[in-house]
Formats: sequence, C-alpha cells, structure tokens
Amino acid sequence: MSKPLENLDEILKSHKLTHQDYKHIVKILDGREPNIVELGIFSAMWSEHCSYKSSKKYLNGFPTKAPWVIQGPGENAGVIDIGDGMASVFKMESHNHPSFIEPYQGAATGVGGILRDIFTMGARPVANMNSLRFGNITDRDKISKYQRHLVKGVVEGIGDYGNCMGVPTIGGEVSFDESYNGNILVNAFSLGLVKSDEIFLGVAEGIGNSVMYVGSKTGRDGLGGAVMSSDSFTEESKSLRPTVQVGDPFTEKLLLEACLELFKTKKDIVIGIQDMGAAGLTSSAFEMAGKSGAGMRMDLDRVPAREEGMTPYDFMLSESQERMLLCVKRGREDEVIEIFKKWDLDVATIGEVTDSGRMELFWHGERVCNMPIAPVSEEAPILDRPTTKPKYLDDIASKSIDSYPKIDNQEAFERLISSMEVVDKAWIYEQYDSMVQTNTVKHPGTLDASCIRVKENGKALAMSSDCNPRYCYIDPKKGSALAVMESGRNVAMSGARPLAVTDCLNFGNPENPEVMWQFANSCEGIKEACSKLNTPVVSGNVSLYNETNGVSVFPTPAIAMVGLNDSENRVLASSFQQAENHLLLIGETNMDFGGSLYIKELFDETTGEISDIEYSKELKLWELVINANRKGLLSSAKDLSSGGLAITLAKMSAVSGLGVVAGVRVDDKRAIFSETQSRAVLEVNSKENLETVVSMAKELGLKVDIIGKVGGDIFKLNDIKMDVNRLQDIYFSSFKKVVEQDI
Amino acid sequence: MKSIAILQFPGTNCDLDTKYAFEKLGCKTQIVWHKETTLPKDIDLVVIAGGFSYGDYLRAGAIAKFSPIMRAVIEYADRGGKVLGICNGFQILTEVGLLEGALKRNVNLHFISKFQTLKVINNNNDFLKKCQKDEILNIPIAHADGNYYINDSGYKKLEENGQILLQYSNRRGEREIVNGSVNSIAGICNKNRNVFGLMPHPERAIESILGSSDGVKMLEGLIA
Repeated sequence: MSKPLENLDEILKSHKLTHQDYKHIVKILDGREPNIVELGIFSAMWSEHCSYKSSKKYLNGFPTKAPWVIQGPGENAGVIDIGDGMASVFKMESHNHPSFIEPYQGAATGVGGILRDIFTMGARPVANMNSLRFGNITDRDKISKYQRHLVKGVVEGIGDYGNCMGVPTIGGEVSFDESYNGNILVNAFSLGLVKSDEIFLGVAEGIGNSVMYVGSKTGRDGLGGAVMSSDSFTEESKSLRPTVQVGDPFTEKLLLEACLELFKTKKDIVIGIQDMGAAGLTSSAFEMAGKSGAGMRMDLDRVPAREEGMTPYDFMLSESQERMLLCVKRGREDEVIEIFKKWDLDVATIGEVTDSGRMELFWHGERVCNMPIAPVSEEAPILDRPTTKPKYLDDIASKSIDSYPKIDNQEAFERLISSMEVVDKAWIYEQYDSMVQTNTVKHPGTLDASCIRVKENGKALAMSSDCNPRYCYIDPKKGSALAVMESGRNVAMSGARPLAVTDCLNFGNPENPEVMWQFANSCEGIKEACSKLNTPVVSGNVSLYNETNGVSVFPTPAIAMVGLNDSENRVLASSFQQAENHLLLIGETNMDFGGSLYIKELFDETTGEISDIEYSKELKLWELVINANRKGLLSSAKDLSSGGLAITLAKMSAVSGLGVVAGVRVDDKRAIFSETQSRAVLEVNSKENLETVVSMAKELGLKVDIIGKVGGDIFKLNDIKMDVNRLQDIYFSSFKKVVEQDI
Repeated sequence: MKSIAILQFPGTNCDLDTKYAFEKLGCKTQIVWHKETTLPKDIDLVVIAGGFSYGDYLRAGAIAKFSPIMRAVIEYADRGGKVLGICNGFQILTEVGLLEGALKRNVNLHFISKFQTLKVINNNNDFLKKCQKDEILNIPIAHADGNYYINDSGYKKLEENGQILLQYSNRRGEREIVNGSVNSIAGICNKNRNVFGLMPHPERAIESILGSSDGVKMLEGLIA
C-alpha cells in the first residue's frame, strides 16, 4: 500500500520516536513496516502529550471516587452531581508551549480546546477560569519586556475567545517568578452544566453506524502540535510558530450552539462525540473506537479541507481548531446535516464503525493505513523514568526566617503590598466578560473563590484555582497538598462545600531525574490531600517539558476546586462589608516562612521548609465557615495565604474601601506575615453572632482570637498602618503601571 | 402580557439572558432566527441582543446588517414599533441606520467588562420613563467597540432632539471617560423615540444577587 520509509533515522528523530519504539510498531503491525501515515499516528498517540508515558505511573492511584462523582478521569471532562437532576462538568488544561511561542493564538486556542471538552459532553459551558504563570515583568530588561508582551497577548487571547463564546470568565490566578522566564504557563479551566441523564461520551460503537465530521475545515495548522508540546525549548523554538493552531471563536460559538441543538433535539441518534484536540482526527478516532473495542474505517478524501494538496498524513495530524467527530445512527445522517447546515458549519459523513478492531483509512479508494486500534493506546510505552531528590533541597532547607536580617514591619508591608502577586489584576480580568449568562454572584477581584448561581436549582457553584509554586519548589509533596488545601479553603470561604478537583500538572523536563522526583512527590501530595479532604480528582492534564535551555519551571500543579453552596442567596463575601463589624482570626499562627512571599519579596529567595499538614484542622475550619454561614452568622470570610494576616487584612480593606484596626499578640513581630496554613479571618456583624461563632470554633477545637473591628480611614494592624486611600491606590493601580510601562 | 421578539444572529450570545430577564418581568418571549424574513405577529418590542454577530468580523454589526430579518425590523421601526439594541444590538442599529452615529474601538484598545455607573440624561421616552432625570444607575458594560462617535452637527441634533439618553459618569454624576465616546454617550434613541440603543447591559442588572437590579426600571419602561 505504500513504499517503505527512506531515511528512517531522520524520520524517527523528527517524530520523536526511538528505534525501540519502531521495533515495537513493526511488531504491532505483525512484522510489516509502517508507512508515513501510520508512523505519524504512532508518533502522535505515543507523544508525551497524548500517552502520558512519563506520568502514567504516578497518576494511577489518584482518588477519583465519591458518591457525588458521576464521571471521573478518562472522558473529555469530569462530572459531579449538584442535585435536582443537574450535573456540573469541568476540566482544566494547559496550553503552555503554544502560548510562549505565539501568546495570543496559543492562549485563545487553549480556551477553545477546554470549552470543546465541556460541550462535547452535552453541557453548556457556564464559567471559565484561568491559571497563569509568567516570568518577571517588573524590570526594564529584555526578559521583562518580553514577559509583558506575553501577558498582553495571553490575556487578549483568552478574552477574545471566551468573550465571543459568551462564556463568562469569572476568576483565576496569576503569579510571577523568574522560573517562568523561559516557559510561561497558561492553564484554562471551564465548567458546564448538564442534566445528569443527558451526558454524552466519546465513544463510537454499533457496527455500520456513521462517523461524521463537523465544524471547521481541516488545514495544515497545528501540524504535529502534540509532538511539539512534548519537547523542551531551545533558541530555535520560535521557528515552531507554524505548529501553533489558529483559533476562530465565532466558528466555535456556532459549533457549540449546533452541538447543543443536536443533543437537545436528536438525543436518540447520537452515539458518541469527541472533540479534535491534540493530535486532531487521530486521537479522536482512536479514542472513540478504542473505548468500545470496535473498528473504524474513514475516507480521508471526504474530510472538508481548507486548502488543496493536503495528504492523508496532514488530515490525520492537523490540529485545526473547532472540529468534532460524531458517531451517529446509520440512516440518520441527514438530520445531523440539517442542523449543522443551519449554523453554516461544514459537515460530512466520513466513515463508519466496523467490527475489525482496526483503523482503516482510505484516500480516494486506496488504503493508506491499516492498524489495530487497541495496541496503539494499550501498548503505548509507559516509562519508569529515574528519579533523584534534587540537590537544591538540602541547601534551601537549611535556611529559615532567622537566616535573614530583620526588617522594619512597616517597610516590609509596603513592599509586600505592592508585589505583583498581591495587587489587584483588574487590568486582566476587566478584559474578560465576567457577567454574560447572568449567573455571576461572586465576581473576579472580590478575593478567594468565584461563584455562579445555578438558575435550574437555586444553588450556587464556587470555584477556585490555586497553587503556590514556591511551596512546591521547596517541598513538592507538601506544596502540592497545600494547593489542594488552599483551593478547597477558598471555596469553603464562600460558604460552599468543596466537592472535587481538576488538576493541571505543569513540570519541567521529565528526562531530568530531579524533575521526575518533583513530579512523583507532587502526585503523592495531591493523592494524600484529595483523599484526606474527600475531594476526588475528576479530570486533569499533565504538561511536561516546560524547560528552556536546561532550566525547568518551578513544579506547578494547579488545582481547581469546585464546591456547592445550598443556596444562591448565601454566597459569602471575602472583603469587609460594614464598619463596626467584628473580626476573628481562626487558627494558630506559627513562624511559617518557608517559600513565603516575605522572603521572596524582601530577600529574593525561595527557601525554608513547610510544616506538617493537619488535614483535620483544615476540615474543621471549612465546617465552621460553612455552618456559620448557613446560620447567617457571617458577613465575610477570607483565607490566609501569601503574605499572611497582614496581606489578607490589607486586601479585605482595599477591596471594600473600609479601614480596620486590628491587633494580634505575637512573640516575634514578623509573625503578621507568617503563612501558617488552615487559617481564616471572619467578619461578624454583632456581639451575639461574635459569641456564637467563637463558641462554635471552640467546640471544633479551633483556636480563635478576636482581633479587631472594621471601620475608619486607616488600615492598621499591630505596628503597621496605611491610609485606606493610599492602600487602594497601590492595590488598584500598580499592575496597570507595570504592565503598560512600554506604551 | 407583553410579547417580545429577541433576534438571534450567528454569534449572538445574550439572547438567552435577554429572554430570561423579560420573562422574569412577566413577558412572553420568542427567539427569532436571523434568516427569518418576518417578525412574529402581535409583538410589543423587538430586542437585538448583545454578543458577537458574525464574530464581529469586518466590523461589529457590519455583516448582521445584511441578514434577512433586518429588513423586517426596519419596516417595524418605520411603522413606529419599539426596538431596543443592547451592545452588539446597538452596533447593528447604527450599521443599518436606524440610529445615528457609529461605534469604534474602545480608546484603550481593550475589551472592558465591569459594573459602570451611568447618568440618566433624558427620561422623556419609553425606555427611561421609569427613571428620574440625573438618576445614577449601576449597569454592567462588556464591549470592545463601544466608543460612540458622531460628528459635531450630528451631535447637536441629538442634543436638540433630546436623543441622548445615558452618559457614563461616576457615582456623583460627573462625566467619566470609559471608552472614548463623544461626550461619554452610553445610549441614545432615534428622533421618533421608538428605537433605542445602548452599550451597557440592563438585562444583566435585574437581580441584586448579581450586583445590581437597576436594569429592571429600564426594561420595565419598555413594557409598561
């Protein structure tokens, strides 16, 4: 059917396959040598991006079950039950490599991809978030200047795609560290709603049923994108721009509406549906057929093409956006065609389900691929890469807060409050439509979790994406567990019960044993935290090779937690609500400065250790806030994280415009910046409520301190103070000044 | 019960929000696909909802202008029927010439999404009759092309005829530059006061849990 490959060495190299892989491929093909189409398919399916070959070993064993989990990992997205016959579908995914090469399109198509994962399952996407990491953006040098360019491109790309789709971007997180100078991280999260009994899966089954292609035409864009994302960067990486896909949110909006119309009106004829993401038609076809054990034949010349002269290889490996593969009951194709035509989209019947267990591809009648389906995924290489405890860990663990000179608290506060990590990011989130669909109850910029109400059942969903990469750098296991804990805490602070997470594990080069050690330990931390906190992982994504010229990013397992609030009317705020209200600090404060904002901002180092984690205390804190909120006892609640009590109170003050006078008893003055976990500030509006909350906390065995009152024009905590006007000016105007300094 | 027709173009994304809002206010609604050539019978109001009709390609509203339904909308408006264009709807209304002026790219070149205070300049019309003159309303905005432009003579006419309805302002009612609009115009009507266009989204401000219910009195004016 085609000639053997010439220049095998070169071809294998460009497809990132080894000679050992090649031998394995020949064995799978019963001794026959693959042609270029088949080799391309193996290369895509066995890429790190699609096969998870380095990470699989560690992902096994993630807690994935709970009574409320309807669908765990393995589908396009995870699904949880949110009551009254409704389900919530969500996932987070990375688009790091493309975004560094071409920030606007890279980020835009990241959003497009995650949205397709959601509506493929039959759900209408109702909320987006994103988790972004950039390098240093504050300096005048070339690196900072380029990073600012990346910030602008990424934000615009995310905004343009989500806005056009009519899906609100309601929150997210962004932080900056030199470790991302060579590799930024762009993780996009989306959440959709669907009736629990109307969920669609990515499967093709039923011999003779049709395989249909819908959406945009296929072009040569993104050719080999999955393979590109499975390598680290060098100076030549900018020449990879043609492997970055180009997004068209308008087409995706049409695709969304057409798919939802099909699901709603022709539910009985759709067998399965899968979006064409990484590795395009290859991965969607193999996954759909692989799930049922069926075979599939497709005529590639029937695939709508954007340009002439495309080959079967191009069709199978293109990552053109806004495309879906459908399996539809035989004889009902016209009903599908009618809907997609209404929405001005391309639609074609390109193949059928067979009983061969093989993928057979034809090009104008000639068979150009004939390979068994199951072994391509089942026999994908699983690597047991070597791991070594990183050398840097011993050095940094030997340091503590006492290794650094003492600095006046006021000076320290002024530097921390102006940190890019702390200040308000309206410059970013105001470029995202956060209110379309009229469900947003807790808006971006209001601190901690973001919330939407669910019109169908009067409840509210809270969500928060978190990770402190400094913690993960100094202790990958505990740091990753703390990411789970912090995202859960943020959700709980809004009065919602944390239910499940999706994760996006961003790491460096897995061929470096130290990176692999970080990854292995990070997974252990997530497993431990998710299991102790009873918040299973329902979907996720791994992004490796975030390395440039030998420098890997900090381990960054972004965790997005989703929780449920019984009532849309009881969504708790995270900033001060009223003057004269009382403030409580819940939890114990120790001198925890490992990976702290304090040491980073004042001494430009990431050092120290993380204390042992007490999950039971964390759960009790959640319980206290959720129960007290249900009883209507709280006015606001905010967790303590980066920068400790001082930064938490300052943010609550800046966002509300209300002053505060607070004091805590400390042995060491610097403790107001300590980052001890499992703490929160609660605001209550009366003496009676104060007493009730204090006794509830004591009953749970939580330490509780009455620390002060809201009100006045000054922010004051122990020996630090600032006029609220000045605080607000720093908090709200700093980011814009920094990011727009080149204009 | 008042009956509202809500237009749906490819790329419209506030159609369901608008439907939800008017139904909450006790109206009957119908979504009308842009390829229709006639409007439903016995309607009291046509709303062109927000979004990105045709992806805002070429220019916001420039392609939607040619959709078959727009011919019917123009006839309906010419007969005195009430038409409200919100955001992309406002852009489409200026493109087809039912409203004067044009909407350009925001002066900061970015999309802007936030709550914004507006001042009621003129309430002598169906849209704002339930609001007080100089009243401050808090209504979300979400647009990239909301920079209203009209030439000097056109502006004078708008002013003389009382067609300027809403202005971006701060809480104290002082004019605020948000997107570069001429004299901070946020919304206008035609000379006959039956076609209304504004960039802010009143349909997003109908429940206090979402941050504001100031949009209720705007929409209620049209259905009272």
